[in-house]
Amino acid sequence: MSPADRGFAAIVYGGSVLFALLIAGLFVELVLGSWPSIAAFGPSFIWKSSWDPITSKFGALPMIYGTVVTSFIAIALAAFVGIMAAVFLADFAPRWLATPLSFLIELLAAVPSVVYGLWGLFVLAPFVRTTIGPALQHALGWTPLFSGPIYGVGLLTAGIILALMIVPTVTAISRDVIAAIPRDLREASASLGTTKWETATRVVLPAARVGIFGACVLGLGRALGETIAVTMVIGNRPEISASLFAPSYTLASVIANEFTEATTGIYISALIELGLILFVVSIIVNALARLMIWSVRGSRA
Amino acid sequence: MIGSFIRRFAALAVVAAVTLPAAAATQLTGAGSSFDYPFFSKAFYIYNQKNPDVTVNYQSIGSGGGIQQFTAKNVDFGATDVPMNQEELARAGQPVLQIPVTLGGAAVAYNLPDVKATIRLTRQVLVDIYLGKVLKWNDPLIAKLNHGVNLPDMPIVVVHRSDGSGTSYIFTDFLSHVSPEWKSKVGVGKSVSWPAPSSVGAKGNEGVAGQVKSTPGAIGYVELAYVIENHMPAVMLQNRGGKWVTCSQDTVAAAAATRPEVDPTNFSIVDATGANSYPISGYSWVVVYKKPPDSARAKILYNVLSWLVGSQGQANAKSVDYVPLPENVQAAAQATLKQMQH
Repeated sequence: MSPADRGFAAIVYGGSVLFALLIAGLFVELVLGSWPSIAAFGPSFIWKSSWDPITSKFGALPMIYGTVVTSFIAIALAAFVGIMAAVFLADFAPRWLATPLSFLIELLAAVPSVVYGLWGLFVLAPFVRTTIGPALQHALGWTPLFSGPIYGVGLLTAGIILALMIVPTVTAISRDVIAAIPRDLREASASLGTTKWETATRVVLPAARVGIFGACVLGLGRALGETIAVTMVIGNRPEISASLFAPSYTLASVIANEFTEATTGIYISALIELGLILFVVSIIVNALARLMIWSVRGSRA
Repeated sequence: MIGSFIRRFAALAVVAAVTLPAAAATQLTGAGSSFDYPFFSKAFYIYNQKNPDVTVNYQSIGSGGGIQQFTAKNVDFGATDVPMNQEELARAGQPVLQIPVTLGGAAVAYNLPDVKATIRLTRQVLVDIYLGKVLKWNDPLIAKLNHGVNLPDMPIVVVHRSDGSGTSYIFTDFLSHVSPEWKSKVGVGKSVSWPAPSSVGAKGNEGVAGQVKSTPGAIGYVELAYVIENHMPAVMLQNRGGKWVTCSQDTVAAAAATRPEVDPTNFSIVDATGANSYPISGYSWVVVYKKPPDSARAKILYNVLSWLVGSQGQANAKSVDYVPLPENVQAAAQATLKQMQH
């Protein structure tokens, strides 16, 4: 290797090591910060469900539940809409329509989350309370998921806001993945006499599934950690309720709400432990997704 | 080439030397309560107009953060909605002066679209609503207080602050004063575990105001300024003396004036006596070291704070919907401030 090559290698090597150190440092710092809480509450912190700063009784279960449920509502809605939109943009839409539409969808990603939150609080939440909620309750009210009073704010509203926020990510990446599927495949399929619909669902989507799955994982990652918009529409009640209309709480929201005014040591430490749990939950979700991608790739090979 | 660069640089240096004022301006820094921020930014702006060589940079990061920054000596003063407690004072490591700077009141706003009259509540009924014992607007306990008002058969949605806040502290302090049950079951704090089954948390005054406005049947406490700015209906409360009062600058000031001997260990003015007192009121505080680390800045800090708690500084409160300190409290604040070594 020439000296220039060696120097370049050192720089890129250093860059990647820096990232690993950053993650490790973050983890160590979170563990150190939450140590008083870990020592005081032990593992029961994860399955206890009271959150009372006055008596210093802390448990994270309602927040873990709220985080996971809102994120899954979001990814379910966003994956469905996003993949449909991506297929349309890549294979069906005429060019004059596809370009401005793609641009508009990507523009959604540039809207600051506090704007989504305000819109959620003043427009979406009342709409859920007066229209979406009663309709769902009328049709599916017999399931615990859609029973109980409808406040407007709650798990469902937070899930819908999150879905809106991650749809651009899912759509843009899926569209690129679908567009990258070789034309030959589509032509071969068409030559067998399939319709456009059959080509899309039986040939293109299966070929693109790994990339689309990756797009969904990226979206899910954003949904798990999103803070401000969710805080404004989730109702901020640390309680587990089967109904999607009920107010709930997420890990990131508690931290955003209470960290600035938390004064006692154990209280701050419990909040940092929530951060640690969010970090671990994100890692687990991403690792599971990676495993699924590998298994899909493996079965295709 | 290099010569021309040096010449240009020299010219720049001369210009800089001429335009910079002879005496360097002093910049004081403070951090803490977001409640104080609108009042501080107005007051310190006016102070700077009068004293161009002093600017005050106030960071609205929350009371907890303010105390932390103050304890770490990163700022000249901290601001907090609840005075520093013994534990926090011990951590500061040296004597601290705590001075009341402004007053706040929490109005109880509600949303009943078809009710035109102002709803009246006793203190006990308000507690019962927040305890989750009174669940509907047409409950006999509410109806009894509002003769002739057509109260709807609508569930009460109880809205509270989800972020830790001084307003929540004042409100829960009030509920605890009125009800031993609230005191033992819930307690007093900036964040508490709210017992009502229909309770919803919203972030910030704007969040609570927005939640109440968009939810028919909702009730929620917000700072006085927000109710004035948003023209929201707010309940009329019966105070300790039995008189019906609404939250206003006058009724909050009246509550404060009943207890001029306010000090950081005994600072609660909720549920005050006095015919015109609004029961959900409280002070906000500035904290400084008795012997500030930098004696040159101490003199300037003293001047700024002395102006702020005096009649000239307090005169800026009303224009931003804050409640000026009553005169007897101003005098008490000045007396405390005089202990500062400057």
